[in-house]
Amino acid sequence: MNFAIKSYCRLTNNTLIVDGKKLDIEPVSSENASWLNDVYRCLNIQYAKFFKMDTLSKAGFLASELIFNSVGLNRDLFHKDIAIVCFNSSASLEVDTAYQQTIQSEDSDNYYPSPSLFVYTLANIVTGEIAIRNKIQGETSFYIAERWSVSQLCDVVTDVFADNSVNGLLCGWVDCYRNHCDVLMMYISN
Amino acid sequence: MIIYKLSDNIISSLGFSSQENYRAVKNQESGLHLQENTFGLPEPFVASLIDDDKLNEAFFALPSSDKMRYTKLEKAAILAVYGAFADTGLHPSDSSILFVFATTKGNIELLDKSEDYESERIYLWRSAQVISRFFDNGNEPLIISNACISGVAAQITAARSLTAGRCKYVVVTGMDMLSRFIVSGFQSLKALSSCRCRPFDKHRTGLNLGEAAASILYATVDSQEKLPQHAIVYENGALCNDANHISGPSRTGEGLFSAVSKTMYGIDKEDISFVNAHGTATPYNDDMEAIAIERSNLNTTPVNSLKAYFGHTLGAAGVLETIISAHALEEGLVLPSLGFEELGVAAPLRVNTVLRQSDKNRFLKLISGFGGGNAALILRKHNT
Repeated sequence: MNFAIKSYCRLTNNTLIVDGKKLDIEPVSSENASWLNDVYRCLNIQYAKFFKMDTLSKAGFLASELIFNSVGLNRDLFHKDIAIVCFNSSASLEVDTAYQQTIQSEDSDNYYPSPSLFVYTLANIVTGEIAIRNKIQGETSFYIAERWSVSQLCDVVTDVFADNSVNGLLCGWVDCYRNHCDVLMMYISN
Repeated sequence: MIIYKLSDNIISSLGFSSQENYRAVKNQESGLHLQENTFGLPEPFVASLIDDDKLNEAFFALPSSDKMRYTKLEKAAILAVYGAFADTGLHPSDSSILFVFATTKGNIELLDKSEDYESERIYLWRSAQVISRFFDNGNEPLIISNACISGVAAQITAARSLTAGRCKYVVVTGMDMLSRFIVSGFQSLKALSSCRCRPFDKHRTGLNLGEAAASILYATVDSQEKLPQHAIVYENGALCNDANHISGPSRTGEGLFSAVSKTMYGIDKEDISFVNAHGTATPYNDDMEAIAIERSNLNTTPVNSLKAYFGHTLGAAGVLETIISAHALEEGLVLPSLGFEELGVAAPLRVNTVLRQSDKNRFLKLISGFGGGNAALILRKHNT
């Protein structure tokens, strides 16, 4: 069977490209969180949960929205035949650092571990957020690598499609740490 | 191609070898204890911790001229890998061996006190490199960070790498240590039990956390005849998301049910000796698992959870529990689920409470976690 990249999205601190076309978003701020909120508003997405997500999930979510809009995924149906596999280098270190600040002090006035931050301190939560939004019930996996590697991605793509029940795969790189946002996601199907 | 388990090893509070750990479980010993004033946390908690002195003693007894400083996580993982290779005649530096790691938080405690290590050390890929380079293995390790299902997901990844012919051997290592970061987080979620956890019990109140590093070395042969006698064979594995909630399990057990259905495809449930469940002892997890097990028509198959022995060892759980279950399968035994008295889950379930014999040749491992992930795995005992 022949599989091909049906849509892709590149999202960085100041650039948004979908299927080769640059989308104009006027950045209000160069900080990740505000810029990603600007992107969300410009795209006219209605998904209130977006605002409780951490930066990594926001970035992966936005790229996946554009990709699934482009391929016309039906969000009313469950998809057991679609998988999501993401890679990055810094795992969830952005929100880990924020959570760490809530437990830094031993003095009880400054010790307030935040459950809403803690639930995001796992890299794979972004795959879960995308799965929930798009009713995707196939495999969701998150790999950590020092840097983006095409050969590693090709291996994973080959392995995922070795399962004949898989018809689509959203995959790519989603990294956000210290005001650096680096996303390249694609949807592969037959 | 047939994938089988060549060897394994566990470093935990219950021992520094698979045999020690397995024997402790058979004797119904638990590594869970009340921890007070640990990690400078205001609230006490029940957990199984690896003793630092014992770990250092074992680590510094290893033959190595290396002057590098290693974290607790790295020491435990190095010991786990070292022991897994010990009687195999293989050298971990061999280029036909791929290292696969499963971890949720790696060296996360370095966010708090990183002065002794280079700043990169907090990255999961860096700790994986440090461990594989201790053994002079030059291949780029694969690291899976899929929350609590990481340990099973990593075995599935290992099987795929072997099937694709990218390596001849894979050593899968699940590893997570506890820290102020992790324990305070679970406390903030109100997920921890103040006493030893009671999987599937009516009076369960939450989970306990635990530390472990566990390694399985997988190898391949091209035909059944070439399998060693009584080899434990990797038969099948699957991953499925609930698409329901990032931190709560599905009420219908949808993802786990799908993962079990895919894994059990073509296998008669009568051939399953036992189901080794995730069984964290949180009210929601155990209910969800019971529902998924019932939907899979496995509610008369003996079920156990190892959480009251080790606690929830996070990224190590899937590897550690697969090893303990594999040893039980090898001996034709079903291990008792510690801490269980009265069934209190949303669907009927046959929780196994005593050490019993079984002549069946397969077990099913289940695991679920944050992010909505679920995984299932079947290992089979080869009989010649």
